Amino acid sequence: MAKVPKKILNDVRNVVDEMIDGLVLANDGLVRRLPGKDAIVRTDLPNEKVALLIGGGSGHEPIFHGFVGKNMGDGAACGQIFAAPSPDTIYEAAKAVHRGKGILFLYGNYAGDNMNFDFAAELLENDGIEVRTVRVADDVAAFPPERSFDRRGITGDVLMIKICGGAAEELSTLAEVERVARKAANNVRSMGVAVSAGSIPETGKPTFELADDEIEIGMGAHGEAGIARQKMSSADEIADQIMDKILNDLPFESKDDIALLINNLGATTMMEMLIVNRRIRQILKKKNINVYRTYVGTWLTVQEMAGFSVTLMKLDDELKHYLDLPAQSIGLSNMNLSND
Amino acid sequence: MIDEMHHEECIEMLKEVSQAIINNVDVLTDADRAIGDGDHGIGMRRGFEAALEVLESKNIKTVEEVFNTVGMAIMSKTGGAAGVVFGTFFCSGAKAFSNNAAIRGDNFVKFLEVAQAAVAKRGGVEEGQKTMVDAIAPAARSAKAANTEDIAVVFSAAARGALAGVEKTKSMIATTGKARSMGERSIGHPDPGAISISIILGAMQKFASRL
Repeated sequence: MAKVPKKILNDVRNVVDEMIDGLVLANDGLVRRLPGKDAIVRTDLPNEKVALLIGGGSGHEPIFHGFVGKNMGDGAACGQIFAAPSPDTIYEAAKAVHRGKGILFLYGNYAGDNMNFDFAAELLENDGIEVRTVRVADDVAAFPPERSFDRRGITGDVLMIKICGGAAEELSTLAEVERVARKAANNVRSMGVAVSAGSIPETGKPTFELADDEIEIGMGAHGEAGIARQKMSSADEIADQIMDKILNDLPFESKDDIALLINNLGATTMMEMLIVNRRIRQILKKKNINVYRTYVGTWLTVQEMAGFSVTLMKLDDELKHYLDLPAQSIGLSNMNLSND
Repeated sequence: MIDEMHHEECIEMLKEVSQAIINNVDVLTDADRAIGDGDHGIGMRRGFEAALEVLESKNIKTVEEVFNTVGMAIMSKTGGAAGVVFGTFFCSGAKAFSNNAAIRGDNFVKFLEVAQAAVAKRGGVEEGQKTMVDAIAPAARSAKAANTEDIAVVFSAAARGALAGVEKTKSMIATTGKARSMGERSIGHPDPGAISISIILGAMQKFASRL
């Protein structure tokens, strides 16, 4: 039995509650917590805008609740560690962000999230509030393209939130925002690798067992099974395996413009991530695929899991525009960028 | 023979059910770590602690309200997939007791049948997909087959049915929830949600056997 990991905590049952309080304070007044709820909303929400509500299980910080702000999510419903938020949390968060023009629900494709968000959507529709739902299902590991509805949502969430947040700020109808969201969702693909497990604070146990010399290619964001459990190999070999699967899935082709995101699952060093980035860029260059924007950092974690995930999104001019809108949040900030 | 259970006893019974789930948190955690993400035990504990609290503090007047109150507490506090489906189990099942002053053998069978249909609909699943439905369905059939007004016998049949259902989930391949990506690797492990149903019905049986 593995020993309980060291974590800097108080009462393990209060981790989500205390984390949310800390998160709100870290946003310097740009977000507030709904009283008594595990939900946060922007304090600077304009009137008459299409609302974007994001959310999911906690423990993956900074996603989702770290991505609330201008040109990002308008609010986030937070669940317990790795567990979807409850219908009433989502319902209250949705009511708080609604500005009369409908709400887009954007979240990762998991049974728990689907059921809870659908339940909340039914309650909102009874109140006469229009809700559309786009689920991120970008993980190519576990299921073939024809079963994409079964795929999990992983770090594609990050680019999706950035783009949908911009679209919800600028476009005037829910239908238009949904159109952009679906286009982005159809063009994003991801896969990860785990080299060691993360643990849930309240149980003190790793979510899965992995031998010291083993890695799991394609592992999900909660330790769900991937495509292969294998012996540890080099950074280049791992990057090759992941990129082969991602590139052939969409497929990404010569002359495509893409956004590339390399995400730290929690305990991997920036040094390792940059070494992986080097190899990925070699592969993309060989395929003549143009990287429009690169993101290397920590956006979706699985507690102290070590490993990384790679996300590619094929971009057109519209997606580039929303991706580049300035944003400020603790999870992702974006300056005005230009390629001039 | 006891053929009726009124809301006062029903409250005591669901307190024992809640305590049984809380006592089994480690069993549920380990079952979920094998094929899921390991949060089923702590989620269920959160939900049933909330249920226990409300059962102790709220002035509840009918059997339907007892089950509905428990379901709402679970729905709101458990989170994840478990919160919705176990909340649905109690809230939807509660409708089987509407306009009934007491639990009887026949409306308890109806409770299981209504709960099964509602959970299956909410989760988009059928029997055989390695979920809690694989414990509820055999429990309902077994309780119905008992065909008696003796509550202790009906509850005992339901608990046996659920336990047999848990055993059968070991040979099933998960096709829904976080376990579905395990595919054939999920064989050999019981479904954590089915185990929870078996704990719930087992605690009800124990309570009824003492009446």
